Amino acid sequence: MTLRIDPGRIEQAAKELYIRALKQLPPDIKRGFDRLVANETDKTAQAVLGVMVKNIAVAEATDNLLCQDTGIPIYNVTIGRNVVVDGVALKAAIRRGCERATREHPLRSSVVHPITRRNEHTSCGPGIPLIHIDFDDGFEGLRIEMIPKGSGSENNSWLRMAIPAEGIDAIKRFVVDCVLDAGGKTCPPTIVGVGVGGTADLCVHLAKRAATRPLGTHCADPQGAVLEDELTEAVNLLGVGPQGLGGNATAFAVHVELAATHITMNPVAVNMQCHSARRASALFTEAGIDYGF
Amino acid sequence: MAHYELNMPVSEGDVRRLRINDTVTLQDRLFGIRDATQIALFDRGRDTRLDLRGHAVIHTAPNVKKVPPSPQFPAGYAPVCIGTTTSMRMERFTEPLMRRLGVRIVVGKGGLGPASLAAFREIGGVYLAIIGGTAALETTWIEAIEDVDLDDLNPESLWQFRIRDFGPLLVAMDSHGGSLYDSVDHAARERRAAALAALNVKG
Repeated sequence: MTLRIDPGRIEQAAKELYIRALKQLPPDIKRGFDRLVANETDKTAQAVLGVMVKNIAVAEATDNLLCQDTGIPIYNVTIGRNVVVDGVALKAAIRRGCERATREHPLRSSVVHPITRRNEHTSCGPGIPLIHIDFDDGFEGLRIEMIPKGSGSENNSWLRMAIPAEGIDAIKRFVVDCVLDAGGKTCPPTIVGVGVGGTADLCVHLAKRAATRPLGTHCADPQGAVLEDELTEAVNLLGVGPQGLGGNATAFAVHVELAATHITMNPVAVNMQCHSARRASALFTEAGIDYGF
Repeated sequence: MAHYELNMPVSEGDVRRLRINDTVTLQDRLFGIRDATQIALFDRGRDTRLDLRGHAVIHTAPNVKKVPPSPQFPAGYAPVCIGTTTSMRMERFTEPLMRRLGVRIVVGKGGLGPASLAAFREIGGVYLAIIGGTAALETTWIEAIEDVDLDDLNPESLWQFRIRDFGPLLVAMDSHGGSLYDSVDHAARERRAAALAALNVKG
């Protein structure tokens, strides 16, 4: 059986996903908070984490946004097997859904033209929302993941085109220094996303994918997974703490995504996700639409 | 470490009394400002009819809903979600904000730098840390949007909020040269070598 997906349903889901992502934190992030709270020894940090946990409950109780930053909207579309969808219509539908969420909820449009700084109050503009489309033969149907990427964490993004002679040490040192430079500006505790390898643009993209991956997942590459564990331990020795006010809980985790690179290259990128690590997803199958994280 | 309830506006003496690690709850009034607001005020020579003397500002751009003006919504806006943005981008505006508009308290997240710390010391002001990313909670401390100016910059307008029990907020930078961010940053950089050693990397 082939599943045909009407653009109208995609539009509705794109709208719904933006609002859901802004209001409900995924369960893996909530569990991440539980773990940090249990291990925190600094008094200020305990109080800061307590307010963050309380905010999650207030957002749910009042049906409000977790954070005022509605972010840059990102939609990751994964097309599985046996799906027929008009790609052009799909992109247009996502854009309309994003615009409708902004107007109809209403949400603050955080998106402006980069030169005129004009805000169309639609959360859309040239190239925004970001729509990534990929394929996966592991499931039947179509999945849309929505990530509102906050600017506090996004403004602290780094790329370094290290060279082979600097080895893996350059990558490790760079991550530690990025966490130090970010301090409290990225709204820690963060998920530190590290891209290793690829081209310059792919490396940064990998860092973003790593930063927005669910907690508890690991890099598919065994060497990358080892690096994740080592870096997670190391950055949490720094004592930056929640909000940069000191404490153990600097990062929920360091995530690594990697790609092969050129014989002359050793690129590393860092992109962080703030503690309000929001995302929502919708799975389209024969049975209908299933919303989750 | 003491706790203070401050009814806005405050005097220079009120803020000079505050020390880092004290906590503060603000009452009555708070102004919202952001990058574009301050670029307009301090780089482009625009002015505001709102009186910020002795007041507190928060680094924010809220989610609001347009509604007909009424006693409940005097500015024609209902608050939807009001939270705090990263302060450091607005570092160079702290001094003019204090000198030109008479602001005494900056509420923000992530901290401000040396120019702001110097302004707090010279003119008499403090930085109060709010917990970033906790806007749902913060919104419950805001009773109404009383007024708005420079609204062509929306959402980065100059907002006037009526607040109740806004806090507790942490005094993170004071008028005596104290900065929690400086001390945490200094301590973290001292631990850099230990973090690199754990990774078998030479500094």
